[in-house]
Amino acid sequence: MDYVAKFLIAVVQLLIVLGASPVLVSLIRRLKARLQGRLGPPWFQPYYDLAKYFQKESVVSETASWIFNFTPYLQFVCMLLIALFVPFYTAMLPLDATGGIIVIMYFFLLSTFFLALSGLDTGSAFGGMGSSREMTIAALAEPTIILAVFSISLVANSTNISTIILRLGSDYGLLFNPTHLLAFAAFVIVTIAETGRLPVDNPTTHLELTMIHEAMILEYSGRHLALVEWSAWMKLFLFLSLLTNLFFPWGVATSLDLLSFVAGLVIFAVKLTLAAGAIAFMETILAKVRIFRVPELLAGSFAIALLAIISFYVL
Amino acid sequence: MWDMIRKIRQVGILTEPLPPFPAEYTQQDPQVELVGGELQQRTRILLGRSLHIRQVDAGSDNAAELEIIALGNPYYDMERFGLHIVASPRHADCLMVTGPVTRNMALPLLRTYEATPDPKIVVAVGDAARDGGIFRGSYAIIGGVDQVVPVDLYIPGDPPTPLELLTGMLIALDRYRGKSSRRE
Amino acid sequence: MFDATLVLIVLVAIHLAGAVAVYLTRQESLLTRQLNGIFGIAGGVMALILALIGLQRNLPGSGSTVLLSLEGVMPFAPLEFTLDRLSSFFLLLIAVVGIPVSLYSIDYMREYVSHPDQPGAHAYNLGLFGVAYQIFILSMILVVLASTTFTFLFLWELMALASYFLVVFEHRHRDTQEAGTLYLIMTHLGFVALFIGFMLLSGPALVGNTTLSFSELRISALALPSTQRDIVFLLMFIGFGSKAGMIPFHVWLPQAHPAAPSPVSALMSGVMIKLGIYGLLRITLDLLGGGPGWWGGLILVVGGASALYGILYALVDHNLKRLLAYSSVENAGIILLASGAALVFWSAGNTALATLALVGALYHILNHGVFKSLLFMGAGAVLQSTHTLDMESLGGLIKRMPWTALFFLVGSVSIAALPPFNGFVGEWIILQSLLLSLALPSQGAHIFLTLGLGALALTGGLVAAAFVKAFGISFLALPRSAQADQATEAPRLMRWAMGINAVLCLLLGLLATLLLPALQGISRAYLGPDQPTVGLAISGLEVRTGTDFGSLSPLLLGILLALLALIALWGLRLAGINELTRRSMTWACGRFTLSPRMEYTATAFANPLKRIFAFLYQPVRALTIETPGASPHFAQDISYRNPVRLWFEEYLYGPVARGIVWLARRASLVQHGSLHLYLTYILSILVILLVLTRG
Repeated sequence: MDYVAKFLIAVVQLLIVLGASPVLVSLIRRLKARLQGRLGPPWFQPYYDLAKYFQKESVVSETASWIFNFTPYLQFVCMLLIALFVPFYTAMLPLDATGGIIVIMYFFLLSTFFLALSGLDTGSAFGGMGSSREMTIAALAEPTIILAVFSISLVANSTNISTIILRLGSDYGLLFNPTHLLAFAAFVIVTIAETGRLPVDNPTTHLELTMIHEAMILEYSGRHLALVEWSAWMKLFLFLSLLTNLFFPWGVATSLDLLSFVAGLVIFAVKLTLAAGAIAFMETILAKVRIFRVPELLAGSFAIALLAIISFYVL
Repeated sequence: MWDMIRKIRQVGILTEPLPPFPAEYTQQDPQVELVGGELQQRTRILLGRSLHIRQVDAGSDNAAELEIIALGNPYYDMERFGLHIVASPRHADCLMVTGPVTRNMALPLLRTYEATPDPKIVVAVGDAARDGGIFRGSYAIIGGVDQVVPVDLYIPGDPPTPLELLTGMLIALDRYRGKSSRRE
Repeated sequence: MFDATLVLIVLVAIHLAGAVAVYLTRQESLLTRQLNGIFGIAGGVMALILALIGLQRNLPGSGSTVLLSLEGVMPFAPLEFTLDRLSSFFLLLIAVVGIPVSLYSIDYMREYVSHPDQPGAHAYNLGLFGVAYQIFILSMILVVLASTTFTFLFLWELMALASYFLVVFEHRHRDTQEAGTLYLIMTHLGFVALFIGFMLLSGPALVGNTTLSFSELRISALALPSTQRDIVFLLMFIGFGSKAGMIPFHVWLPQAHPAAPSPVSALMSGVMIKLGIYGLLRITLDLLGGGPGWWGGLILVVGGASALYGILYALVDHNLKRLLAYSSVENAGIILLASGAALVFWSAGNTALATLALVGALYHILNHGVFKSLLFMGAGAVLQSTHTLDMESLGGLIKRMPWTALFFLVGSVSIAALPPFNGFVGEWIILQSLLLSLALPSQGAHIFLTLGLGALALTGGLVAAAFVKAFGISFLALPRSAQADQATEAPRLMRWAMGINAVLCLLLGLLATLLLPALQGISRAYLGPDQPTVGLAISGLEVRTGTDFGSLSPLLLGILLALLALIALWGLRLAGINELTRRSMTWACGRFTLSPRMEYTATAFANPLKRIFAFLYQPVRALTIETPGASPHFAQDISYRNPVRLWFEEYLYGPVARGIVWLARRASLVQHGSLHLYLTYILSILVILLVLTRG
């Protein structure tokens, strides 16, 4: 791979995550609206929202410190960095050797860490409540993520994502391995918890007492809010990309030619649409569970992940 | 769960074949679409087609709230015009204030106004929010919303219908344009 | 360039001279503190030189030449010191932590000088503190160099005593005395185990030999029957584990750390507990030369349990320093876990993975030394400024102590193993070694390692939660008490000391690849040669594990992060975003004012996790509401307590202590106080003895 190709792929990765994540959110919202018998917002509503936020002034609490202003930028940059490591349409990622899936997960944790701090920073009780809940869920989701990653790395014998996809893609038999399927189930639950979707968290709630992620960002406005929202969308996009490509690596380009790139992009779009459809469907038929029921859900996913590993050793 | 899926399927059959502006809606209530369509035009120019609303109850009897809630139902579905109700004034561009301002709610209303980032508009919803309405003269109220914060628009009615609310938003955006051009 | 023996002699001389010089100064003067700090730093620099010599020379793992042998200092055996790879590494740790802490102590210890405006406050004797401090550092340095059993045990005891005197420095507080006594008991229980362990280890060589050099032990250990080796291992595990703070011997840590002056807490947590690990590694890797797989398995399981237990209790503790102490239990657990994994791999004959795990353990030892001493220094700065460590009365310090807050934040991010700081690299290596365990053939080892991985993973998330609490509640939002409101920034030298460690946290994170080869060399010296292509390979800025298994390049990650930040800022500026910022009140649903009482508290923050892990904590909820009148709706005073259950204190140490007290009560029956009775005892004993000796 020459340097121009590497550079171009990296730039395209960034452009995809920046450009496509609002569309994904829009897709989920529209599908949900349809399922609820509504028309739903316009296709480009998230872009309009972002443009508007960026044009407004930011109101910052007198109590807040630099952490509050710093967090949105950090989160945004973290998501961009992760985007360089997550395969969308090609497994030929130029920076793959810089860090594997563990690095990705810890960068997600870094952004959560700072978001939780900024929730506490303003001194608002809502922010503190959101931070407390977010860290509770992050703390419980973390072991499942690691174990699910462990299962994948057992099957593919690597923690570098490109390698995982190349190996799984070259032998589809591995995909129907029980370990792989159980790890998939665990990863689905963790994805829902980490990205704040129903039934763990309701992204559209207006009631502060039921909030998790929203409660932490109640204080943000203007450009800060734009960055926080955009980062949250990118996080959803990245998690869904990981979920679909790690467990169903069909169509991900493994060579450097234009045709496979185009095919990869189309298949990637189809996969994400299916995932968005699943989320929209689930959010329509499920209600949010009590916060103290969430640990049961996550414990369940932990058990599934553990089972995945055990099944690998036993079978 | 299966009941719900069945229901979704039934409703889905009703809505899915509709074009972006559903024929049934326009047949039943042509004004909604007209007004909404115009509103979308305005917001597109002024606020980038996105208007986030924070609703403030300054002492209302909840009649107006019920009508505002109706804006979000599948029938009116204000989201398709880029209107969205948010949980914090920090996220809002527009304050929808209802009810006469009671003495205890005057300061919270002012705080909410201060908490909202510029540029912003204030809409007083209902007769009570304009001048106290049926509560006018009571010792417990200060009066209309304009006694506390500058109001860009009054939407009369006790309570106003959702349709009137949507009509009102259009005029509010006209006011808003004048406001922002002055600032520039 | 330098002669190692000479450096060692200078080092000992510096610390001894320091002890004398500090004692001779006027005990409340600035000079006392300055001399103590300067001698501490000078000794640290010497230790650093010695460590670098040791790491540079590529010494063998064991059996290198004796550096210094002091005959006649002790009446019956010489003191012998040897420098090898493991010693060099731990010297490096002592130096890297010791230098900033000594610098920090200069400004910190003025806390103990009586103030003219506070005539009631008692001053403490800083001269004695200096003596104990110098001896403490010196004994830690010498203990890792000791190469005979006698030298080792002597210095180990000296270290324990010196640290005891440092812990009880604030002897006027009753809590401090109790903490000190508990520490003294626990450290001596450990010492007993070590003593018996060493005696059993030396076996037949024990007879008529008072030196018992480590080289003799290596030979005698080979001849020991395997049961005796197992017993030796268990005794050593208990002895060294109690120093390292592993459960169930951790009970002294959360008591002694908050009681000790902050520089001492930093040293004890940053260095001294690691010497427990040093001892364990010295015994298992070097003297015993490895053992059956269950040794490693035991260390791994106890380590994993310590890690989980420690972090779960850190989460619900609201005393800043006790939280850090519990977190030390957790980190010692992680280090033990990785060391145990290394032993499991080694006993299975997989040297490559053993090297990987051991490098992870060693790197975490160094990292934890750096960030934990940083955090303790930060907590000390908070204590000095606000005179409280209770998180429920802190808050808002980031505006009042911006530098301390920044450094504490760096420490928190590092300890939560978040990139691009040092904690992450260590954790990454340990995770990789556990993930690669598939290469082992044995099913039993898989279960151990999977459990270890689960414990480590669960710990990782909880640490982040605990340190969001520690930093967020103590430093952010509004101050919850008048003391916190009036806090001022830490003095200059304290800021410098914390700054050094904060920069080290970042550098050890970004430039890990420069140090890791040295650690790999240390591991190979003990574990034997390995194949880097299946274990750990370091090329340029990249760390690789396994055969195409994982790779990490920390510096590149840091550069990418910075680059993307610049691009993002530039892009946003180019897009013409509105950069106006208006300050306003925190949105509190239109409330008139925002008071600290409306903030989320540390208790509230930890409560969801406390409820989720209620089966472990078994919290006792005590709510009392005082109502002055007849109506229950007008409460005057509400008190809410929700303490957690300390299992080991309650169910292990409690019954033992009560049993001893009960026995003592029974035994005290003979202590009647009557002179006649005592005379009768003497007479009867005399008669019995006469009868016995007669036959």
